[in-house]
Parts: sequence; C-alpha cells; structure tokens
Amino acid sequence: MAKVSREPFFWAMFSAGGMLAALVLPAVVLLLWFAIPLGWVEAPSYVELVTKIDRPPVKLALFALVVLSLFHWAHRFRFTLYDGLQLSHLYGLIATVSYGSATVLTLLAARLFWSFP
Amino acid sequence: MTRPEDLNRLPRAVGAAVNPSYKPYHPKWHRKRYPVFWWLGKFAYGKFITRELTSLAVGYAAVLLMLEIWVLSRGQEAYTRFQELLVSPPVLIVHGLVLLFLLFHSVTWLNLAPKALALRLGRKRIPDAAVLVGHYAAWLFATALVVWYLVGR
Repeated sequence: MAKVSREPFFWAMFSAGGMLAALVLPAVVLLLWFAIPLGWVEAPSYVELVTKIDRPPVKLALFALVVLSLFHWAHRFRFTLYDGLQLSHLYGLIATVSYGSATVLTLLAARLFWSFP
Repeated sequence: MTRPEDLNRLPRAVGAAVNPSYKPYHPKWHRKRYPVFWWLGKFAYGKFITRELTSLAVGYAAVLLMLEIWVLSRGQEAYTRFQELLVSPPVLIVHGLVLLFLLFHSVTWLNLAPKALALRLGRKRIPDAAVLVGHYAAWLFATALVVWYLVGR
C-alpha cells in the first residue's frame, strides 16, 4: 500500500492558521499589547478581563487561534528555511524541530486553557 | 505500470542502489548554484521572503498570547507587572514590527483569496473582486468583534 503523505494535514493546519491569523491577530495585538497597556481605550480591569476569557467558547476560540497560528508558523517557516537558506537537505531535522515545537506548545496551551484561571 | 506521480519517488527509492552518491532533495550536480541570499537581489524576491517571514510574527503573537493567559492566571500583581513590561520602549518597538508584519500577512493572505477560491454560481464564476471584498469584509467584521468583546461596554 502506498504510504499516505502527512503533507495535506500540515497544509490544512497552515491554511486554517493563516486565515484565522489574518482575520483576528492584528486586532488582538493592537488591543492587548498597545491600546490597553498604553491607555488608548478604557481598558477592562484585571477581574473583568479574566471574566471575559473564562468562558468555554472564548477559551476554545483562543486555544484554536493559538494552536493554528503555531502550526501556521511551523509550516511556513519550515519552507522558508528550505528555500530561503537552501537547507532542503536538512528536511527531516527542520520538519521535526518546527512541527515538534508547535506540538509541545500545543500541549502547553491545552493545559493552560484547561486550568484557566 | 509506472504512474507519472511515481516518477518523483522512483529515484529516491532506487537512488542508493543505482547511484551510491545519490541524496534526496540535493541533486546539486544537476543544478546551477545560487547564492544563499538570492532573495536580496530583486524586490519581488525580497517581498516573497518577507511575506514568508511574517510567519515569525504569527508564531510570536501565539506564544505571547499564551504568556498573557498564564500571567492572568497568576493574579492581579503579575498582570500589572506584565502591563508595565508591555509599555517599555524596546518591547513597544518589537511589537510595532510584529504588528507591521501581521498587517502584511493579512493583506497578502487576503489578496490571494480570489486565486485560491474559484467559486462558481451555476455556470458562472463569481468575480475575483467579489471574493476579495467578501474577505476584507470578514476582516473588518472579525476586528469589530474582537474590539467589541475585549473593550466594549
């Protein structure tokens, strides 16, 4: 039997992550790391922010955003190293390190959101 | 029978037996050599590599989001210190670059949507402009949703 390629799975993760990141990350970054700490907007208090995040659908959405963004990075950066720096002979090593770190961070994120707050 | 798609795999499978110096993905001796920084010579190539490198900003944002969630779970005091860290000039400069990269990612990603998505309505193909406008509308809607949820009253 022909060996089934893992490439379509990682490409789908890359694609979903790319779309989600394109649609929501600029807003998230602009609010959480500029507007709120710099006082450009009337920021939610610590308790309000924790309450906003501590809802199952919100936690699930944030978890999906984090995980898909991580796999988007892993896939795209992997090919940037292959093509940009001509490292395709390190195929196995680069794939293992990029998808491996995305997987480890995914497990960490799962624990983080599961036990939040 | 050998199918066309097998031809790509064939050398790899028999390579070592036929040619002892064969290495997959590295047929150096058949190719013209390019400098490592080939993408610095031409604007379009540089733009391509920059677009690919936006993935670093996406990964960074994901990790920092995890960090902020962790900080929030550590209590009020940890959150206040994290907010102070966020407004220090070096951090703001890095985050400014991250934001620029993320915007570049959004624009390049959404601009490719009409090429990736060939939608048909009956026999007619939906025009590229409509697909493009739809995606930008989705970006606007998602942004409004995030703003409303995080800082809306």
